[in-house]
Amino acid sequence: MLDMLPTLLGGAWVTVELTFWSTLIGALCSFAFGIGRLSGNPVVKSVSVAYIEVFRGTSLLVQMFWIFFALPLMGVSLSPMTAGIAALSLNIGAYGAEVVRGAIQAVPKSQYEASRALNFTSWQALWYVALPQALPEMLPPFGNLAVQNLKDTALVSLITLSDLAFRAESLRNLTQKSTEIYGMTLLIYFALALVLTAVMKVLEKRIGRWKAGGGR
Amino acid sequence: MSDDTLVHFDKVTKRFGDFEVLKNLDFKVKRGEKVTIIGPSGSGKSTVLRVLMTLEPINEGVVYLDGDPLWHEKRGHELVPASEAHLRQMRKKLGMVFQQFNLFPHMTVMRNLTEAPVRVLGLSRKEAQERARELLDMVGLSDQADKFPPQLSGGQQQRVGIARALAMRPQVMLFDEPTSALDPELVGDVLKVIHRLAEEHDLTMLLVTHEMDFARRISDRVCFFDQGAIREEGPPDQIFTEPKNQRTQEFLHAVLHPEA
Ligand SMILES: Nc1ncnc2c1ncn2[C@@H]1O[C@H](COP(=O)(O)OP(=O)(O)OP(=O)(O)O)[C@@H](O)[C@H]1O
Ligand SMILES: [Mg+2]
Repeated sequence: MLDMLPTLLGGAWVTVELTFWSTLIGALCSFAFGIGRLSGNPVVKSVSVAYIEVFRGTSLLVQMFWIFFALPLMGVSLSPMTAGIAALSLNIGAYGAEVVRGAIQAVPKSQYEASRALNFTSWQALWYVALPQALPEMLPPFGNLAVQNLKDTALVSLITLSDLAFRAESLRNLTQKSTEIYGMTLLIYFALALVLTAVMKVLEKRIGRWKAGGGR
Repeated sequence: MSDDTLVHFDKVTKRFGDFEVLKNLDFKVKRGEKVTIIGPSGSGKSTVLRVLMTLEPINEGVVYLDGDPLWHEKRGHELVPASEAHLRQMRKKLGMVFQQFNLFPHMTVMRNLTEAPVRVLGLSRKEAQERARELLDMVGLSDQADKFPPQLSGGQQQRVGIARALAMRPQVMLFDEPTSALDPELVGDVLKVIHRLAEEHDLTMLLVTHEMDFARRISDRVCFFDQGAIREEGPPDQIFTEPKNQRTQEFLHAVLHPEA
């Protein structure tokens, strides 16, 4: 049974890569479109709303198929890895954008008024006043989204990527040892999720430090 | 308009929906003058300050600051709504102290005082910190520079709020009930700081307060607001000892003898 572990771990590495890149790019999308949705510019705002609603309102699997199988027909061919990362990032980014928007909106209006009275531009108010206060509020939901994203990566096995889920499936076809293989696969996913959660907790602590310093 | 008028509300009307908060308000403040605004709750006192701080736009009339329209720009002979660039230009002359302090909780006291001078005025960190230390000294908080606002008492926070506004070197300081959110024993320290500022000849001050004794001591003029307009104004001694308007009399009676 242990002889199957290297194969699974090789797949797990693909899963890690997918999770890492799509969470990172997804976070960038979250900020871009979450802030975009609050923009006073109607074009920026509607593009952001459209993006968020489309990617939250459709299934990740179909998004991934579309990017991998339909885009090539329009002349854009992506490798399975790129297509997988693209689909996961855009999907998680849409959910993340709502987190970013909510956290920014939760910063009290009085903070913006104080910024205005000090003559900050609206960008400066966002960047130096609102975002640093909103960030600690975003991290717990971001943590959940990252774990969700890790689990969603299993879908890329359907676009021929040899990730953890894909290899588990191949091994099972080969050996028929479903119990052991899926048992180990579950454990590996779970271990990855634990690591991811721990990383997010460390981030939360660091970024929320001024909050912990509060209270007389 | 005479040269020494710094703030001029010219027939200003401000509405929230159908509700007229300021009604055709005429109001002038001279350069260096210390004016206190008193009046019942909901009479539009905060709104006057917030309009001046460019936090609330107006519906009718013109506000002039140092001779220039605040909420408008001159285009040829016409006044058109002000651009953000114009508003930023005008805001340089104004500073505001809020009832709830509105400090930035994620920044140390020092950063609260230096962030805008650095980002907005373009001072170097070092210059800004020197300026901040002088101000902290003035408000009696030299030893609190590295604390975060939530670690300070309300009175200390408000003194930081005053120092933060002063760090931008405004010509006009607006105080909206600066001591109303404080425990009674902390009010004195804040009033002391404001009193000291009131002795500065150049600084123009608009103060909304319910501290009548204090208003009497520091102001050149007291304005009684009621239903979005000034009902009565004059030197503090006259307003507080022989108010002519009946509404003023009733208000002062209610404030000064709450038990009756
Ligand atoms: N953003 C707003 N939307 C709607 N109505 C408002 C708004 N701000 C103020 N008002 C109303 O305008 C009126 C005047 O408000 P303002 O805050 O200027 O009163 P005030 O004289 O400062 O009262 P107080 O002594 O209670 O602070 C009040 O009736 C208030 O309810
Ligand atoms: Mg008020």
